[in-house]
Amino acid sequence: MNIKQPLRVVVAKPGLDGHDRGAKIIARAFRDAGMEVIYTGIFQTAEMITRTVIEEDADVLGLSILSGAHLHFAEEICRALREQAVKDVLVVMGGILPPPDIPKVKAFGVSEVFGPGTPTSKIVDYVRTWQAAR
Amino acid sequence: MGRDDEEREATKPTEPQSRGEASPDRDTWERTTLAASLKKLPKRKEAFTTLSGLPVDDLYTAADVNSSDPAKLIGFPGEYPFTRGVHPTMHRARPWTIRQVAGFGTAEDTNGRYKYLLAHGETGLSTDFDLPTLLGYDSDHPVGMPEIGKIGVAVDTIDDVRLLMADIPLDQVSTSYTINASAFALIGMYEVVCKEQGVAAEKITGTCQNDILKEYTAQNEYIYPPAEAVRLVVDTMEYAAKTMPRYNPVSVSGYHIRDAGATAVQELAFTLAAGHCYVTEAVKRGLSADFVAPRISFFWNIQNDFFEEICKLRASRRLWARMMRDWVGTKDPRSWMMRAHSQTSGVSLTAQQPDNNIARTAIQALAAILGGTQSLHTNSKDEAFQIPSEGAIKIAVRTQQILALENRVADVVDPLGGSYYVENLTNRLEEEAEALIRQILDRGGMVASIEDGFIQRHIADSAAAFQRDLETQKEFMVGMNIHIDPEEALPFEPFELDPGLAERQIKRTQGIRRSRAQAETTSALKEIKQAATGSDNVMPAVVRAIKAQATVGEMCDVLREVFGTYRGPIVY
Repeated sequence: MNIKQPLRVVVAKPGLDGHDRGAKIIARAFRDAGMEVIYTGIFQTAEMITRTVIEEDADVLGLSILSGAHLHFAEEICRALREQAVKDVLVVMGGILPPPDIPKVKAFGVSEVFGPGTPTSKIVDYVRTWQAAR
Repeated sequence: MGRDDEEREATKPTEPQSRGEASPDRDTWERTTLAASLKKLPKRKEAFTTLSGLPVDDLYTAADVNSSDPAKLIGFPGEYPFTRGVHPTMHRARPWTIRQVAGFGTAEDTNGRYKYLLAHGETGLSTDFDLPTLLGYDSDHPVGMPEIGKIGVAVDTIDDVRLLMADIPLDQVSTSYTINASAFALIGMYEVVCKEQGVAAEKITGTCQNDILKEYTAQNEYIYPPAEAVRLVVDTMEYAAKTMPRYNPVSVSGYHIRDAGATAVQELAFTLAAGHCYVTEAVKRGLSADFVAPRISFFWNIQNDFFEEICKLRASRRLWARMMRDWVGTKDPRSWMMRAHSQTSGVSLTAQQPDNNIARTAIQALAAILGGTQSLHTNSKDEAFQIPSEGAIKIAVRTQQILALENRVADVVDPLGGSYYVENLTNRLEEEAEALIRQILDRGGMVASIEDGFIQRHIADSAAAFQRDLETQKEFMVGMNIHIDPEEALPFEPFELDPGLAERQIKRTQGIRRSRAQAETTSALKEIKQAATGSDNVMPAVVRAIKAQATVGEMCDVLREVFGTYRGPIVY
């Protein structure tokens, strides 16, 4: 296939955290970069997010967590994706993470963590590089 | 920058810029002295604006303070329209309250942090609750379990509040609770615990945030549909005014709106419009506006534009006074006073080079003080990546103490009053905010403007614009998008939560459910439902249920049955 489909990106906010400025900013940035964006809104469970990834046939899942529950949700969501045999979906995460937690969420299956102050262009580039190597 | 100034200095004697006499007016100055200077050294950028995007001129003069009688517009402190402060003496009589928000883990954990803060000179308390508590889920509810005690303290029953306030002299230290959707429960619990400590009802002081409208637009911790949630707020206002006349049942909050991306003008408008909504809804219920308005307080976000933030506080006082006196028709001067807590801006902090946050916070704190705040929270340098460590929060408290004791900035009331720029910018912020408030009222008010996403759209657009400006380096955050240290090693004092806290909390709550007099709890919960279904104030039944050890989750569930739940429009 020579025709390149636009990347499909699900941006999700797991748990009870309402801080959605970052999620909205990154959803806009992906959209402006020509990707198809599905923003789930707040209050998402791991199950809801996994279902959205499957139903939307997503290539990328972006998780935004500022509630300190990143370890729990990274593990739960990555496991749910594996259990549903969702393969080849890039999982990236943004939010407020203490530096020692970053290797831990990566061990669960998150490819990259983008902390406060990351330019959206850097995140878009990361996703594009992943796409090119796919 | 320094080098250019040196070069400019060196050319001075041979090329005099001044005409050797004073310009008779601004036009002359612009044509002669200014024009000559600009020819040699143009402005460093084409257009200057405030952080909110209001244009900023080269210079302000008396002609820019637009009023036939500026003194009348500015007035005196302690008098309408309170531009210069709500009290005649301001910080000369009593310094602002150092009120650091704290909350994590269980009640015992947060009580320990309170004591640490008080031991280091904090003068008021403020509490953050965890997400399950904010959203009315008990700690053993599966939805809440991963988040117990993470971003605030877990409270399920009155026993938790007893432990939270243990050994705190509630007759001497006022406490603020940052809780909204389930605020009715925490207001009741606070009242009960104060009385248990022997504080007479008329002596109970403190504040609850209880500003549900900004949850739908900024913070997103809501449960019920907006109209029903506002009804609950009015219930608490009425109840507090009757039973705890010195308690502030609502702290209308611009803080979250601003951190979500709003400009200073939007923060002003959406916050004052929310305050106006609560007062007018109370009036619709048949309460006198003067019965509820005096106990409404406010909470502002102090961002990086030093002058704009000072002017924002001044403008908020004058506009609120006018809205309450002229729009609502209140007669009691206390109804006109915009009393405020302020917090330095969380989103202005950088995770990069976090020590720089100490400087940012100190300057923002100075703006809050010069703007006339009544209490202040200074952020800790590590808040861009964790709950503050003890070392970091101590620096934040010390910052306020240095301002209070060393810098003499609190010795004159409204020291920047009369500055042409400050008065001009105060006027413009007031005008812009008023126009936006009128727009909201014209389109049906706050609830309608939340339901159709009008306010959320404003905030999302401003957040996106600022992000674009950061990425194109029109705006700067030092250490983050300029002056970056590529090999930065993070100096890091970790904050660790007790891994056993969730288990401790769940055990306590489940123990209470087993041991309480269930018939009394059930009957009180039914009474809440009855009141909510009709038009009775829910608070007397809520207090009865609290005494019967009903949980926050149980009380919120009863109201879920009556009011339903709500999901707002997704706007980005």
